[in-house]
Amino acid sequence: VQREDKVFKALADASRRRILDRLREKNGQTLGELCEDQDMTRQAVTKHLALLEEAGLVVAVRKGREKIHYLNAVPISQIYMRWIRKFERRRMEALHNLKQALEEDKK
Amino acid sequence: MSTPDFIYTIYIRTTPEKVWAAITNPEFRRQYWVDDISSDWKKGSEWQHKSHDQICTAGKVLESLPPTLLVITWVDPSLPDDGSRVTFEIKAFEDMVRLNVVHGDFKPGSIMAKKISEGWPRVLSSLKTLLESGRALNTWAGFEPSCGPRS
Repeated sequence: VQREDKVFKALADASRRRILDRLREKNGQTLGELCEDQDMTRQAVTKHLALLEEAGLVVAVRKGREKIHYLNAVPISQIYMRWIRKFERRRMEALHNLKQALEEDKK
Repeated sequence: MSTPDFIYTIYIRTTPEKVWAAITNPEFRRQYWVDDISSDWKKGSEWQHKSHDQICTAGKVLESLPPTLLVITWVDPSLPDDGSRVTFEIKAFEDMVRLNVVHGDFKPGSIMAKKISEGWPRVLSSLKTLLESGRALNTWAGFEPSCGPRS
């Protein structure tokens, strides 16, 4: 549960979501690459990356003197399965029941 | 290595032996990955992954150190030149297991590289749920099948 809080907290920020989008477009980037064309300071990006890493949304691997950052979408899949798919199923069931009720009316 | 690797990490409240079994045992694996897998998982052996009687991925076992390390090549037989490599690292971490899945060595412009970036997060998420709750789920519900004929 604590871990899930961290994921939601990490996602609750537009700059951090933008970093994730950039990694989705091109996986495996250095801090320098992630700072390019961003209206954020290097320090801000570093801070965001630390939070993303702690939430498990970014995995960093050391390569020589640099750290390469990768998108780890597993926690997002977990949220999807735990929070979204369940509600979708309810909706599908509701639609299914509605359809049946309407079709029965026709008879 | 022209296309960057993918690295997925997941912490699972279980034992390394169970994670190894979940990856290599067909019965176990069917509960979260749906499809069939076959191999003896010995170094140098072949492995294949079938869905609806069609081989979707196959390859060779490059390293096998149960229950901590498995390295395999990963090829879709319909795209024989689009091979890649998958490494499973299983490590006990406090009262949990850290599973790292590294997928790399893709050819430039690899089609497989695009496919797997949607697949692994779902598969690993289901794996975690299964091992922690004992509940199997349909990983691919609402999504196109992991392989098989494409429309």
